[in-house]
Amino acid sequence: MSSQINVTINGFQLEIEKGKTILDAANKAGIIIPTLCYHKDLCIAGNCRVCVVEVAGQKRLAAACATPCEEEMEIHSNSLKVRNSRKHIIELLLSEHNSDCTKCYKNGNCELQELASEYKIMTQDFLRLAPLKNYTIDQFSPSIVKDDSKCIRCQRCVRTCAEMQGVNALTVAYKGDEMKIATFFEKAMNDVICTNCGQCVNHCPTGALVEHNYIEEVWDAISDPQKHVVVQTAPAIRVGLGEELGLEVGERVTGKMVSALKRLGFNSVLDTDFTADLTIIEEGTELLNRLRKVLAEKDDQVKLPLATSCSPGWIKYVEHMYPEFLEHLSTCKSPQQMFGALVKTYYAKANKIDPDKIVSVSIMPCTAKKFEANRPEMHDSGFRDVDYVLTTRELAIMIKQAGINFAKLPDAKYDRLMGESTGAGAIFGATGGVMEAALRTAYELVTGREVPFKNLNIIPVRGMEGVKEAGIKIDHPLKEWSFLDGIELKCAVAHGLVNAKKVMDAVKNGTSDYHFIEIMACPGGCLGGGGQPIPTSPEIRQKRTEAIYAEDKNMPLRKSHENPEVLKIYQDYLGEPLGAKSHLLLHTKYTPRDRF
Amino acid sequence: MVAATYQLKRADFIFKNDNDWKKILDKSLKKPSQELINELMSSELKGRGGAGFPTGLKWKLTAEYRSDKKYVICNADEGEPGTFKDREILSEVPYKVLTAMAVCAHVVGSQEGFIYLRGEYKFLAPELTKVIGEFEHYCKEAGLNFSVKIFLGSGAYICGEETALFESMEGKRGEPRNKPPYPTSFGYLGKATVVNNVETLAHAFTIFKYGAKKFYDLGVQYSRGSKLFSVSGDTPKPGIYELELGMSLQDFVAEFGDGDTKAVQVGGASGFLVPRKRFEKTTIGYRGKLTGISLPTGGSMMLFNSSRSMYNVLDNYLDFFREESCGQCTPCRVGCQQLHSGIKAVKRGEKPAQYLNKLLKLTETMQLTAKCGLGQSVANSFSSIVENFREEMIY
Ligand SMILES: Cc1cc2nc3c(=O)[nH]c(=O)nc-3n(C[C@H](O)[C@H](O)[C@H](O)COP(=O)(O)O)c2cc1C
Ligand code: SF4
Ligand code: SF4
Ligand code: SF4
Ligand code: SF4
Ligand code: FES
Repeated sequence: MSSQINVTINGFQLEIEKGKTILDAANKAGIIIPTLCYHKDLCIAGNCRVCVVEVAGQKRLAAACATPCEEEMEIHSNSLKVRNSRKHIIELLLSEHNSDCTKCYKNGNCELQELASEYKIMTQDFLRLAPLKNYTIDQFSPSIVKDDSKCIRCQRCVRTCAEMQGVNALTVAYKGDEMKIATFFEKAMNDVICTNCGQCVNHCPTGALVEHNYIEEVWDAISDPQKHVVVQTAPAIRVGLGEELGLEVGERVTGKMVSALKRLGFNSVLDTDFTADLTIIEEGTELLNRLRKVLAEKDDQVKLPLATSCSPGWIKYVEHMYPEFLEHLSTCKSPQQMFGALVKTYYAKANKIDPDKIVSVSIMPCTAKKFEANRPEMHDSGFRDVDYVLTTRELAIMIKQAGINFAKLPDAKYDRLMGESTGAGAIFGATGGVMEAALRTAYELVTGREVPFKNLNIIPVRGMEGVKEAGIKIDHPLKEWSFLDGIELKCAVAHGLVNAKKVMDAVKNGTSDYHFIEIMACPGGCLGGGGQPIPTSPEIRQKRTEAIYAEDKNMPLRKSHENPEVLKIYQDYLGEPLGAKSHLLLHTKYTPRDRF
Repeated sequence: MVAATYQLKRADFIFKNDNDWKKILDKSLKKPSQELINELMSSELKGRGGAGFPTGLKWKLTAEYRSDKKYVICNADEGEPGTFKDREILSEVPYKVLTAMAVCAHVVGSQEGFIYLRGEYKFLAPELTKVIGEFEHYCKEAGLNFSVKIFLGSGAYICGEETALFESMEGKRGEPRNKPPYPTSFGYLGKATVVNNVETLAHAFTIFKYGAKKFYDLGVQYSRGSKLFSVSGDTPKPGIYELELGMSLQDFVAEFGDGDTKAVQVGGASGFLVPRKRFEKTTIGYRGKLTGISLPTGGSMMLFNSSRSMYNVLDNYLDFFREESCGQCTPCRVGCQQLHSGIKAVKRGEKPAQYLNKLLKLTETMQLTAKCGLGQSVANSFSSIVENFREEMIY
């Protein structure tokens, strides 16, 4: 079409769509232009200036990420002027930076370090400004550590928190040399509206925002012969861990991961997918109970829509932003916390282990789960239900430290009691997965028939659309559920908290008539969680998504209510869904919080 | 008499208290858009707020841009230290500015105007609001649907930069945007917007009243018309003067100096320092073949006599930039700190004199790569002071 224009870049001529930037053109031509503030997930900031290039006829250099191509533009990305400027800019950043790479958590995976290494910045001619600044480290949050001395002020975190999450916990404060990234009144991250989702961590190019790591604590537990260390792995780890250890993006490594965990010395390697299945039984029952109360018994005290509660970032968001809607949240704990409560009760009893000796560790794609495990109410087993939460990245670090050659590992199987799962549990890792799993079970429970979707794949709730809606009509239910006859069950699925806000505002304004909503705080669901490998991008999340659905497809069992261990736990221990024991161990309550 | 060599020509347009704005407005509103644009273009009026962009062209581009909404904004942020000409215009002859805004609205097709008033000028607001009320009323009678609101700035210097100004008006942090897109197509709330300095608008009034020729006849090639200058420093007569463009600095110093002037800072902190030896060759006007120097900001002229330390002068400027940079882009935020701390280190002997050369190179990078005019123009004062008064920097 006529919307193509011609540009040359370093003498290489190419056609590019009108409106594309110089950076896009360079990518197309296979020319790499360094960037720092640019991120595919975010709007253009154009503030770091390392991407500057020369445009023939222009006095000043242009920021490649922010400058649209124009017809006949002649671009040079490697001229002397560009090289000198770029080097100056990197030197400037380093002069303001606490460049103590050997003591930095991001050593080896840092965009600033990479640039410094590429441009061989060996000298420090400029004055060192870092010591003059009163840099502080905020490590009060169990989820996130914020070290201002490592910050290059690219504002990726600010844009992430605003554009993707709509939380605005991080903003730019002050100006000039004092400009910094700060929370409300510079309070600790732990004391503000931050949901601990970790998206800012995932988008930070340096060591300024990282997860609060518990690697040493876990090594200590493993090395303590008095302790029985149990580990659970969330659904999304198996599609992320390989990537962090040098394998292809989206490679499924379930078997290798289990092997690695065993070699690290965990006494028992179990699966959070098991409690994902259990969640479906509990939450599905809760949904059907609420539907019965509202539709059949006309009880106006009972709230609909019911909202999922497996994403602790989402939970904290509601507590801050929609405290009047806490009753809409399912009382189910997240699968991690159900697991933790059962490990120190059911598992301990069955294996005749003193729960006091159990250390319960979980591997999560998520930094918010660290906060969740730390909540005072999460002690229903009589102990702290989950002792340590590690992200995918922390697990990868342990595997490297242990000298394990991950790529060469044989596959291994999860241990038993609480190691069995279904495809329904696996898809919890993707946006729409909880909804799909819940519908597979609830529909069958109500009608006695499988969900009316080919191969059980409920396509309308899958995919990367920010808010997805689906309706599923209930015809000829079993007698017990006759009040649902002819009803269309209306569902909404949102991922990323900006999208959650859209759904919640629709609920608040009464412009929606949903019965059930699934919300995940992170883009793409847990597979795009704040604890997953860095970098992240829409393409990377897409690949992880495909891996999750492949995992589901390959499972012999694909419905939560068919998980034999789930059936067994109700028989042997819990009694019935939403029964007294369930209430004690698997359900929780929420706390209203301030809006800042 | 000295008059033979005396070249300074005062002009008296801006503050002349003509009470005929209604007539001028009526007359202009009857003219088609194109005719008014042509008039402005042939007057060669250039923006008096900083960049010196041709005002007629700015209106033309905005008029031609298709947009459901357009805005006219009068930039009265006047943050340059030592300048207060815009304040004087708004308190003495506000209706000239409003009339020009209304004509602009007529030309580009806008219904809404704003005066972005510097926070410190809040005291002007009540009187200005009254004048605006009267003015809007008359616009209605004249058949023009145009309203003007005052927007009080937050006090940051950078908010005078037009795109930072939009951000600030939109309730965001005052940080300059990437350009392009330019305000003429993507301004306030993403709509085509004309931003003009207070003084620019006052000159536009002169042009609409007397015709382009009267304005064009003042000044020299590339620098037409008159301009307000804020004269300060070592001078027996500080104040605001309307002078014709194109004078030589020599003549200026003859008029305003104290007999011992060693240098003049032309254009405030983001302008240039001119040493005595270059007074004669320096013409005050916009950058062009004739002039040795540009006039980058609001017309501040600061004179320094031999008792002044140029190191202190530079130290002050850099302190200002270090603080007033919005802080978003690397070359400006860190560059200003390096320059400021750098000259201190040289002065204290912690860095060798050659370090100044490294800093000069740094200012080149800042000029080439900073995101907005603030960071780009730090090089002006830095290099002109360091190059002309190097010894004062070291000893
Ligand atoms: C740092 C900075 C500060 C500025 N401050 C002002 C100001 O206070 N008033 C002003 O009219 N223009 C200021 N400008 C220039 C504006 O960006 C813009 O060019 C001007 O308002 C356009 O009006 P004009 O064409 O009438 O000059 C500033 C520019 C920069 C880079
Ligand atoms: S943030 Fe990057 S450059 Fe800075 S110390 Fe850490 S690894 Fe090094
Ligand atoms: S904390 Fe990280 S993402 Fe945020 S501005 Fe600093 S370096 Fe950038
Ligand atoms: S963890 Fe999430 S909510 Fe908290 S600051 Fe980062 S992006 Fe915002
Ligand atoms: S040049 Fe300075 S003032 Fe302008 S955007 Fe960059 S940091 Fe902000
Ligand atoms: S990547 Fe372009 S300015 Fe930062």
